[in-house]
Amino acid sequence: MNARLLPYVLIAPVTAFLCVFFLYPFFLVAQQAFTTGNGFTMDNFREVVGYWKFPISMRNTFLLALAVVPIQLALSLLMATMVNKMKRGRDLVLYVWTIPLGISDLAAGIIWLAIFEQSGFLNSMLHGLGVVDQPTSFLSYQNLTVVFIAIMLAEIWRATAIMLVIIVAGIGLIPKEYYEAAEVFGASPWKRFVKVTLPLLRPSLQTALILRVVLAFEVFAVVAALGGSTFPVLMEQIYENQFLLQNSGTAAALALIVLAISIFFTLIILRALRVPKGATI
Amino acid sequence: MAEIQIKNVAKRFGEYQALSDINLTIADQEFMVLLGASGCGKSTLLRIICGLETATEGEVWIGGRRVDHLAPKDRGIAMVFQNYAVFPHLTVFENIGFGLRMQKQPNDEVKRRVERTAELMHIEQLLGRYSGELSGGQRQRVAVARALAMEPDVILMDEPLSNLDALLRLEMRAELKGVLAESNTTAIYVTHDQVEAMSLADRISVMHQGRIVQAATPVEVYRNPAERFVAGFIGNPPMNFLPANRADAGKWTVAGQTYDGPHAADGSVEFAIRPEDIAPAESGLPAKVRLIEPLGAHLLVTCDVDGTMFRAVLESDLELKTGEIINLAPHADRIRWFDKSTQQAVA
Ligand SMILES: Nc1ncnc2c1ncn2[C@@H]1O[C@H](COP(=O)(O)OP(=O)(O)OP(=O)(O)O)[C@@H](O)[C@H]1O
Ligand SMILES: [Mg+2]
Repeated sequence: MNARLLPYVLIAPVTAFLCVFFLYPFFLVAQQAFTTGNGFTMDNFREVVGYWKFPISMRNTFLLALAVVPIQLALSLLMATMVNKMKRGRDLVLYVWTIPLGISDLAAGIIWLAIFEQSGFLNSMLHGLGVVDQPTSFLSYQNLTVVFIAIMLAEIWRATAIMLVIIVAGIGLIPKEYYEAAEVFGASPWKRFVKVTLPLLRPSLQTALILRVVLAFEVFAVVAALGGSTFPVLMEQIYENQFLLQNSGTAAALALIVLAISIFFTLIILRALRVPKGATI
Repeated sequence: MAEIQIKNVAKRFGEYQALSDINLTIADQEFMVLLGASGCGKSTLLRIICGLETATEGEVWIGGRRVDHLAPKDRGIAMVFQNYAVFPHLTVFENIGFGLRMQKQPNDEVKRRVERTAELMHIEQLLGRYSGELSGGQRQRVAVARALAMEPDVILMDEPLSNLDALLRLEMRAELKGVLAESNTTAIYVTHDQVEAMSLADRISVMHQGRIVQAATPVEVYRNPAERFVAGFIGNPPMNFLPANRADAGKWTVAGQTYDGPHAADGSVEFAIRPEDIAPAESGLPAKVRLIEPLGAHLLVTCDVDGTMFRAVLESDLELKTGEIINLAPHADRIRWFDKSTQQAVA
């Protein structure tokens, strides 16, 4: 077979798969978002943006992303550095740390709900220790800060590992001679991290951040389990429109808004962490 | 003042004994070359001196201070790594200036020193590039410049010119030696190229299987190898060895000829002579010519003496044919003897 054609032939099945199961549904969603009974319209967008819960869910989603992602980034960098320093038991520790990855987000939400509920672990413990007289309801609408912190904790517990595995792999790719050179030329451990690890980790950081940020804008099950309707987020709005209000047009419009936000942040991350030509390992 | 003393250093990697019994003193401002075959422990010794590796036993002193427990940056050294370790994410300029930045030198001082060392290494036109855009030889020169820019008391170089073409290497070699002499730096230079070692070194330490077998001036190492290994390793072609039989006290028969030698038991020594220290004569070692290779000014003649291969470098105007038997006379004062059991030179 013609060697120039071969690569295209080889990727054809995947391309076809993507077209049928991703691109086509995407066009359907777009069509739903931009049409009502009579042709092209922006009505769906006007409707969802005008709804009183939209600004709140937008703000909540961004707040959560802003609170969770930086902590997860710092944590996963710290954990990856520690794992990489280990000589023995490295794989075991990694497995344990990545267990939350294997648990669905709804299950994760329920686990944390079991902790924070009025009859949950935390209340029993505090009560048993005599810190509180009677079990309190942490996750009520009067306690929005606690709800937020509970969601943050659950999200951090659940989704840090996804960044961790990418960063561990990335750090493993950095040849140790660069650290030795930096050490000989006077760089302290912190300087070595900042001047060698971080810049050489840019490709992995890109991947990890994009994945994590996109996931952060899709947060739903954990929030639904812990916050219910006291803490509306964008995904929850989509669910509400689609299944409770039975309006697939507005649901599709919201989905496109989330998509646009994700693409915007992906581009920003790609640009901020780009590696100049010739500067790769 | 940066005299380096290495006392009883040994290094084991698990079961493997990489270095044993290393004792070496390198004088202030001396240019010491570590010479040895691949895998003999040169890099390991260098890494122990600079602090990237800890010795299993022994002590390292630099400038009268014991430095074993000090971090590399507190030892007053700079190093050129065998695999360059030029940072890929920094430009050539920032690579050369890396150590200076770590010392928080002011910007204009960094600029001055980077530009000066870059000029020295002929890479001033590359300052804006990344290492991915450099050839191996250029990268190597960046690594050397990065070390020189530190103006250290001691510079450790692990095969710093191995990737350059012959001409550039010759030029860099001369320049490096000049720069280091001028800046009063003590240098340890690792190479497995003996010509490079001869031309650069104040003293050469020949290493073999994790030991230093001889540390002496190039001429001394060449003329009076302390051990049979050195005699066979240094010189191209290396020394010739022939079996010797005791004829009388201090007299030895070698291929039917008698020479003055050490007082030792019969059959316990070997006769050795450099190929250059031989001339055709009326009487001498009977040699059957096997191969004649013209080297320009000389002929490299491989012959058969007493069933042993024997090489001689002879005048090129000599008329020789393969198969011919000639007599080769060694210069009496260049004959060396080695003890067969200890491998040491004996007088
Ligand atoms: N970290 C290590 N673990 C185990 N063995 C090692 C380690 N580093 C070096 N060695 C072994 O020690 C010996 C000496 O290695 P070293 O790198 O010092 O050789 P060298 O003389 O620099 O060789 P070359 O000229 O090829 O660079 C080698 O046999 C090598 O396999
Ligand atoms: Mg080496």
